[in-house]
Amino acid sequence: MTELRVLTARMVEHPTDSHTLERYLATGGYEGARASLTRTRDDLVGLVKESGLIGRGGAGFSAGMKWSFMAPARPSYLVVNGDESEPGTFKDRQLLERDPHQLIDGMIIAAVANEAHHAFVYIRGEYPKPARRLQQAVVEAYTAGYLGPGIFGSDYDLELTVHLGAGAYICGEETALLNSLEGRRGEPRLKPPYFPAAKGLYMLPTIVNNVETISNLPHILTRGVDWFKGLAHGEDTGTFMTSISGHVNKPGNYELPHGLTWRELIFDVAGGIRGGNTLKAWIPGGASAPWFVPDRHLDLEITKNVTDANGSMLGSGAVIVMDDTTDMVAAAERLVRFYAEESCGQCTPCREGTTWLDMILRRILDGAGRAEDKDLLLDVSDNISVGLAWPPRQTTICPLGPSAVSPIMGLVEYFPDEIAAHLATSPLSGAGGAR
Amino acid sequence: MSEQVTITLDGVECLVDPGQMLIAAAEQAGTHIPRFCWHPRLKEVGMCRQCFVEVEGPRGVMMVPSCTQPVADGMVVHTKTPAVKKAQEGILEFLLINHPLDCPICDKGGECPLQDQTLSHGPGESRFVEEKRHYVKPIPVSDLVLLDRERCILCARCVRFADEISGDPLIEFADRGNETQVTTFPDQPFSSYFSGNTVQICPVGALTATAYRFRARPWDLREAASVNPGTTAGDSVTIQASRDELIRVLGVDNDATNHGWLDDRSRFGFQWVTSPDRLRRPLVRGADGTFHAASWGEAVATVAEQLRGVIDDHGPGAVAAIGGARGTNEDAYTLARFMRSVIGSPHLDARLDDALGSRFLATLAGRGRIGDLEKARTILLWGPDLKEEHPTLYLRVRRAAQELGATLIVVHPRATGLDDRATHRFTYVPGSGWDTLSALMAGEGEFAAARAALGEGPVVTIVDQTGLVEDPLLAEAVAAFTRDLPGAGVLPLARRANTYGALDMGVAPDLLPGRVPTSGAAIEAWGDADLSEGLDTRGILEAAVAGRVKALLLVGADPLRDVPDADLARRAVEGADFVVAIDCFLTDSSSVADVILPAAGFGEKEGTVTNLEGRVQKVNALVPPPGQARADWSILDDISTRLGRPMGLQSALAISREISAVAPAYRGVTWFLLDWKERDGVVVPTDSGEQPLQYVPVAPADPTPTKSPRGATFALHLSRTLYDDAVLTRQAPALAGLAGGGFAGLNPADVKRIRADQAVTVEGHRLPVIVDPSLAPGTIHVPFNQPGGPLFAAGAVVRVEAVEAEALDA
Repeated sequence: MTELRVLTARMVEHPTDSHTLERYLATGGYEGARASLTRTRDDLVGLVKESGLIGRGGAGFSAGMKWSFMAPARPSYLVVNGDESEPGTFKDRQLLERDPHQLIDGMIIAAVANEAHHAFVYIRGEYPKPARRLQQAVVEAYTAGYLGPGIFGSDYDLELTVHLGAGAYICGEETALLNSLEGRRGEPRLKPPYFPAAKGLYMLPTIVNNVETISNLPHILTRGVDWFKGLAHGEDTGTFMTSISGHVNKPGNYELPHGLTWRELIFDVAGGIRGGNTLKAWIPGGASAPWFVPDRHLDLEITKNVTDANGSMLGSGAVIVMDDTTDMVAAAERLVRFYAEESCGQCTPCREGTTWLDMILRRILDGAGRAEDKDLLLDVSDNISVGLAWPPRQTTICPLGPSAVSPIMGLVEYFPDEIAAHLATSPLSGAGGAR
Repeated sequence: MSEQVTITLDGVECLVDPGQMLIAAAEQAGTHIPRFCWHPRLKEVGMCRQCFVEVEGPRGVMMVPSCTQPVADGMVVHTKTPAVKKAQEGILEFLLINHPLDCPICDKGGECPLQDQTLSHGPGESRFVEEKRHYVKPIPVSDLVLLDRERCILCARCVRFADEISGDPLIEFADRGNETQVTTFPDQPFSSYFSGNTVQICPVGALTATAYRFRARPWDLREAASVNPGTTAGDSVTIQASRDELIRVLGVDNDATNHGWLDDRSRFGFQWVTSPDRLRRPLVRGADGTFHAASWGEAVATVAEQLRGVIDDHGPGAVAAIGGARGTNEDAYTLARFMRSVIGSPHLDARLDDALGSRFLATLAGRGRIGDLEKARTILLWGPDLKEEHPTLYLRVRRAAQELGATLIVVHPRATGLDDRATHRFTYVPGSGWDTLSALMAGEGEFAAARAALGEGPVVTIVDQTGLVEDPLLAEAVAAFTRDLPGAGVLPLARRANTYGALDMGVAPDLLPGRVPTSGAAIEAWGDADLSEGLDTRGILEAAVAGRVKALLLVGADPLRDVPDADLARRAVEGADFVVAIDCFLTDSSSVADVILPAAGFGEKEGTVTNLEGRVQKVNALVPPPGQARADWSILDDISTRLGRPMGLQSALAISREISAVAPAYRGVTWFLLDWKERDGVVVPTDSGEQPLQYVPVAPADPTPTKSPRGATFALHLSRTLYDDAVLTRQAPALAGLAGGGFAGLNPADVKRIRADQAVTVEGHRLPVIVDPSLAPGTIHVPFNQPGGPLFAAGAVVRVEAVEAEALDA
């Protein structure tokens, strides 16, 4: 299976200096930004809408549509979400670290399109090197006159600030990110307002886009919408970046065309399961996505619609593969513990519920499970995510709480025997376990 | 208010006000939706998730928190479906899993929303078998408030109150997830003047007040409606008692006054009522110069005999009364009648030489209301630091500027608690206020924007002396200027809760009951009386020093502590031939009296009080007075009988009827009306036809040239603070240690100029120096009546000298 390199072309072809301005300019850089300055907002928004570019942060929303929701109040802001913290996701890291000018180029386009004169990149605190590389690139861009007052000799001013987070998963949620950027506690805001485009940073219209989304813009502007749509498979345009991790032979980041099946991705692209083991399950789109299993999902196409229709999501593009050596109760516990630890603590169901779920899973693992624990897991989950539906009907302010429910759903649905096996070891389960 | 909207609530169509959240609308329609974080006076945060309801929408039935869902016309809402019940019970279970359930030893038990809701629809058994969260409990977050983090359900009511309402964001959440906890910042206690409110609004027993912990169970409390005796704003409160002992004061949400909030002095200050130092029996100074406990008969006979002697020898004008602003209107009316008709002297004053003119305060034409702040475009505050002296009013002004978008102009000699919300801020050297006013009126220079803002009404002006020794006519001049501004309302301020009531009742040298001028028509009920204009407090004190006033009646007044010129007060009280004090305590002043008559205090007597708007409210008796203490009116009535001119007063209720008959402004203001119909009080008119007095403030004159202080002579800014060394604060254990202590604030340039980096003497009294860059050079700021602080002959200008380095060690 061949990869399709657009966003990652430069870093693959010029691995030693793809992050420098010199290399970026030598490979056609900043032409997109220059071109955007000659076009109107409507024009640019229309262009991105037409391209079919889908946000790559996880929600899978049309980028152009998001831009068109921009409220008329000014000033407006552009915020790039580089808080790539969904477990298993590491694609933005590479884009930040190895092609920062591509991002800045895209940010200029997005800022111009949305009439923003101040843009921010919020990078997760665990990414010091990507932040350093980007900051270096920003300095280069300022020095070259691509940022600051009158960019590229035009009368358009644009400031760009790189901000390093302090290590909270929740700050990847766009409204928590905005709170954090404002210096408040990183807690998601109440919805409505549903879109920061209406009320965002400092309660002013704000476009929040993912690093990968923005990195696509220079290519759309320079190579055209038709080229971009030409890469499409069905409704999915452009390429997609995926981070494959877990029990595969070739884990890593891949930029791929749409239309592959999971079988092709796992066995061809990622080289199959390690040590000749058997594939047991995989998480198709970041830790919060419901699990897929081979006998039901292996030959599904990797598209947004197909994945959604099968009760999961492509999310942040992270695929975590688990082979048959995996204790699925332990896997679920590890995932739930992550969400319990990363809960911001603002709303009750998430703060109390995720920790409780983790405690139940832990006692099952510790051989102290009880007969009622499976039902209890489901009922506590139901109080976080009503009806255990997909997409979740959450009782929480943001989707973090329901994210802890996804592994439990996968565990109960596909691996009930593994729960039973653990319970059988427990003297408290009534299953006559070992004393 | 725009037109009401129709919603269908559990199948019933209801009309509700628009623009509110569903939870409030449902409440309006009579349906209580359970909640913890939502509070009508705080911004909604949707954190606890307890208030889920189902709303029918275009995309089907949606489960939404009703506290963040704005109500809309035609909305169909279900609050009792199985799905709603499941969600609400699920949240309640989540809140309970880490709650310690130590209700039997929790102060909140019996009045706890968490407990109530658990009883009404919580699970009988817990499914949570793990170890709960544990914290050290409780930890003090301030001198008055303790925090139990195990009980806390993290609703952020306290955090939001401190941030949104009081403007002291000193408590916050720390950590995250399951370890989220309320905390103070390192080395920064929650030392807010309003900390007690967080205890009142805490929906569990996480925040408790040191003053109330383990003192009572809610079901053992009796309660009564009353009015905050701590400020002139007339804040509504509920007073509660257990075993005939006053034990707690709670704020009551009243749109007209305090919105339910209280400052900590008002909330905890009631403790003086239960002080063991309260006077329980009359004290009479014997021939040996010491007090002995006397019977009421002996004490009253002594008083009558002495007063008779003074009247016989020197005429009734040799008797004067000071005080009366701390009691009820009924007490004050009795005092006015006693002085003018029983004694026949016009020398009486409820003000303690620290207030604006009595006619100005009582009968100002164009007086505004506190509620005017809600719709004000511009607010001019030219008076004391409201945070220190009128804290509940401070909250209303803060809200107007912060939440309602009013332009706030603050004029004061130094930084104030409202500066962070002020659009325009001006300081001046005390004494040069007239120049500042002229410049503001002319809109010159830096005043241009503020003057322009004053052209945008409605304008509310809050005026008083900025400091205790400032020319009161300046405040009048400010009022005279602003009363002609568009939509103007003026709120003049005074110290001591019932000053306005006392003035309205005629406890003033130039007023008769009901805002009638002296030398007006005779008062039939009073018979033969002196209705001429008498001396004010300063005049009385000077006359006492000069020997013209021989007998002094102090009614709940401690002039030695309260009159700015403490030296004058001392010479007057010590120099008078006969001093009788009606008081609750042995104060600096009453302890030099000849007879002390023990008075009933707050919560011990019934009556009415009048606030700064002229709002009359009812206060009620809940506990008996200690020992033989009695209400002022009944003491004065006894003395009148003994003097052979009995007033014949039977009860406070009877007096209230007499007030209605005698005082034009109070016609129709009956206890029945206040008890049953107008629970928020009624504002008595300032311009009734029968009440000929309407005071127009002194118009601003050309600025009188003021000498800018030179050398080591400074203009004095003598300010009141919330906590000081006044007897009622000292006698409340919760507040006793909170006064900041005396100091001298100086501009850094002055500190350098007179080389006073550590201590100075002010009129010979030594004070530590605090550098205060907000003061203009040439100003010295001294807080009044501080523990260990000096009481001196405070004048507009004082002599200041640096204390030499070697003397510092002494």
